[in-house]
Amino acid sequence: MRLTPLGLCICAAWSLPSLAAQLDLSLEIPQLDVAEYHRPYVAAWIEDDSRHVARNLLVWYQQDRRNPSPNAEQGSKWLPDLRQWWRRTGRALDLPLDGVSAATRAVGVHRMSFQLDTTDQPDLAPGHYKLRIEAAREEGGRELIDLPFDWPATAPLTLNGQGGSELGAIRVTITP
Amino acid sequence: MKLLYSAALGAALLTPLSALAHDTWLLPSKTVLATGQWVTVDAAASTQPFIKDHAPLRLNSDNLHITAPDGSAAEAHNLATGKLRSTFDLQLEQEGTYKIAVLFDSMMASWQEGEQRHRWPPRGSTFSAAGLAKQVPPDATKLRVTEMLRRMETYVTAGQPDNRAHKPTGKGLELVPVTPFNDLYSDEPATFQLLLDGQPASDQPIKIVADGLRYRDAVQAIKLTTDKDGRVIINWPGPGMYWMNTSLRDNKATKPATERSLSFTAILEVLSP
Repeated sequence: MRLTPLGLCICAAWSLPSLAAQLDLSLEIPQLDVAEYHRPYVAAWIEDDSRHVARNLLVWYQQDRRNPSPNAEQGSKWLPDLRQWWRRTGRALDLPLDGVSAATRAVGVHRMSFQLDTTDQPDLAPGHYKLRIEAAREEGGRELIDLPFDWPATAPLTLNGQGGSELGAIRVTITP
Repeated sequence: MKLLYSAALGAALLTPLSALAHDTWLLPSKTVLATGQWVTVDAAASTQPFIKDHAPLRLNSDNLHITAPDGSAAEAHNLATGKLRSTFDLQLEQEGTYKIAVLFDSMMASWQEGEQRHRWPPRGSTFSAAGLAKQVPPDATKLRVTEMLRRMETYVTAGQPDNRAHKPTGKGLELVPVTPFNDLYSDEPATFQLLLDGQPASDQPIKIVADGLRYRDAVQAIKLTTDKDGRVIINWPGPGMYWMNTSLRDNKATKPATERSLSFTAILEVLSP
């Protein structure tokens, strides 16, 4: 049974082409007129209406060094400052997490795509969801933006958000 | 003489955790952290919680008990006693919730010889039944021996909160979490259960004071009462540090004490959502 006939695989893929839901995220880190600037820590995740995290999309933070000097502060020390993310998922994760954690990013618009259906995470169950994007910056503030949506969708969904301090314009397209 | 006497009595009241008009408090630098991080904790007695203007707590290995998530004892580092507060550091080496407890378990006798009132033992000395017998003359009146059992706790968590460190001892007043102690948010009510000698403590008044007393005119204490199961539900007025206290007197004392004075204090941090 371990060896699936190749023909069957192709057949299954052929007959279910629309299952690969894709989320395209455009996220702006705004330019700030401050004396001391550090790139923000940013996390994005999808939460269901019972506040369970359905998908962890990204967490950008200063990665820990492999061989830190004894008194050096590691970047992961500040992850609890992403308060909601830490509570909902971060504190239970073993970081770095493949495909989710990455280095902090510079000012500008960042575009990313995520496959919502993967082999270990099948289709999102029908229900109400929120895409949550949280940013926290050293010597700065913290901002959390919620973009609600319902799943499944028959047509592509477009969600727009606008941060006021730590985040700029956010544009999301979810293609079923 | 009279002045000296009151000065001596005043000094006696400064004994850690036995201060009458002064409330004791612990103040952790943070309560929600990642594994490996350090916290620093201040401890003091003052008329208003978290205001450093009176006396430090004299902490030592007898009265300071830190329980790690796995139930083992964790070590306080850099323990120091200042003029207005004492302080120590703690590294959160394990994932889970740490319980930081200050316990004060003592006995105090008072009696009258004619018009003169006496208290024993003096500050810094320990109580013993044999010692008391030597002190109290046969003609003493109004002899009272009180057992004082005071427990003060705060909690800090690395990673996910858990309740392995919260096993009640079954002695005196204790609080057990229904809502985890380090998962408190200003938009969510929290539920805790108060125990007296391991059993639910019903109809017990509880007082809660928010930090920032110096910047408001009234104390604005929240006064609540535990239900029949010893439970209390708290709706936080906002994020911040909170000082929570309850006390009672009963006669379930350990001999030779005839009455018991119990108190429990918790210091909790409420985060904004």
